[in-house]
Amino acid sequence: MRIAVCIKRVPITGGRILLTEDGRAIDTRHLGFTMSPHEECGVEEAVRLIEANKGESVVLTLGPAESVEQLRDAMALGIDRAIHLQTDGREWDAEGTAAALVEAIRADEAAAGPFDLVFFGNESADSGGFQVGIRVARALGRPCVTGLKKVALDGAGVRCEQDVEGGRDVYVVLLPAVLTVKEGLNLPRYPSVPGKMRARSKPVAVTQPVRPEPRLELVRLSVPAGQGRQAESLGTGAAAAPAVVELLRRAGVL
Amino acid sequence: MNVVVLVERDSEPSRQAMTVARKFGDALHGVTIDEAYPFAPDAWAAVLEQAAEVVGASAVFAAGTERGNEVMARLAARAGLPLAANCTSATPGDPVTVTRQRWGGSLLEEARLRSPRPLITVAPHTVAAEAGPELVEVDVQLLLQRLDPADQLVRVSGHVAPQAGGVSLAAARVVVSGGRGVGSKEGFTIIEELAGLLGAAVGCSRAVTSAGWRPHSDQVGQTGTKVAPEVYIACGISGATQHMAGLKGAKRIIAINSDAQAPLMLNADYTVVGDLKEVVPAISAEIRKLKP
Repeated sequence: MRIAVCIKRVPITGGRILLTEDGRAIDTRHLGFTMSPHEECGVEEAVRLIEANKGESVVLTLGPAESVEQLRDAMALGIDRAIHLQTDGREWDAEGTAAALVEAIRADEAAAGPFDLVFFGNESADSGGFQVGIRVARALGRPCVTGLKKVALDGAGVRCEQDVEGGRDVYVVLLPAVLTVKEGLNLPRYPSVPGKMRARSKPVAVTQPVRPEPRLELVRLSVPAGQGRQAESLGTGAAAAPAVVELLRRAGVL
Repeated sequence: MNVVVLVERDSEPSRQAMTVARKFGDALHGVTIDEAYPFAPDAWAAVLEQAAEVVGASAVFAAGTERGNEVMARLAARAGLPLAANCTSATPGDPVTVTRQRWGGSLLEEARLRSPRPLITVAPHTVAAEAGPELVEVDVQLLLQRLDPADQLVRVSGHVAPQAGGVSLAAARVVVSGGRGVGSKEGFTIIEELAGLLGAAVGCSRAVTSAGWRPHSDQVGQTGTKVAPEVYIACGISGATQHMAGLKGAKRIIAINSDAQAPLMLNADYTVVGDLKEVVPAISAEIRKLKP
């Protein structure tokens, strides 16, 4: 079995987002980076499926040179090798990203055989376009199921549970398929020290795709106005309990 | 000018999307998802595409719900068009200008959308729905009959009911939520006790689910559940943007934290500075006094 996972490098924003002077990006000088949360679960699922069924897992990302850190993180969890679609750091829109990933997936499949599954996060943590996985599936002519909280191989297909209001909808599709997943699909493992060591020597293939002009083009970012919450102190320590209870009573919930 | 809107039945977000759509044309044509059929996202994308062709739509809109974003992304993929998801405003022109949510709404992006047929979803509850000219219903039955069987391969074939018991987080009137400051899985005993007394749902931050102290279904935030309670009691939660993205619908936020400068303490309505391990049991004891 062969499985691909697509991930995106995003900053860990912490408590307050600061923007660069031109307002076109987040000021990341003092921030760490990670892959989007949903994608961590995609990586974990791919590793588990290959552990159980044997084969090969491949992680792909489109991003700046530094994105190799997230590729190594994925390989530290057990992914076998990586493909880095390296950019100059400028934003790519969802159409351009999907087209470049399709080309990379096709090239890898021509060399190493078809992927049974390609995992994506349901949406990236930062730009939240909700579409790259769906676009890739369409271009590859494969079924796509989105927003998944459970995935189980079932004969020649895969049974999927999609998170919806009031429970979960079930889909069964044949392999090969493209699945977009959500956090909660599984609890990703922590990387082990030997895992991190092994990741350093796993192969990373680098390509430099040409960025098409984005048709959805970022002009500037802004932090939305706060909700005007004015923190009022109810006191300190256990002595504040009566004031809290009085507030709950006034709010009509007690 | 004709505009097509994907409509989910009895949906306020759909009415909000129509409000933005009216700026793009005076005749709104509605494609209403028919729940008599098992949901098949490619089928609805195909119906939407055909409806847009038939009326010569200048733009297509949907609510930025899970269904809305999914069907519109599939339409975008099959039509080879860009999609601007989760917009809070959109202004017609060439290019179209939109403001859209990033980071679950923690950041706004102003963007230009260049497209022969703009596809736009409207972020729920960011626009007030206004009444306007009646929607013209597209006859979807006719279009469904013409579907390519390939567009029906991905469809809902079953349903798993939510686990019984407990209070639903998304619908709870009160949420008592714990963060890293709770310290351990066992530490949630006092959170559960207070929640029990208030008939509240238990919530938590991402740090807690990542540590395995609580199931992901308890997580409030950008990648968890978005809540809208009368009162949200945040215990030992720092208030990362990831968490705050799930709290925008909360009417009142009470934050309990030993760090008065934690972001959530600055973004709350009421604060208690102190060790949650003392404050939370004291609140429970105070409530017990009221209930003989």
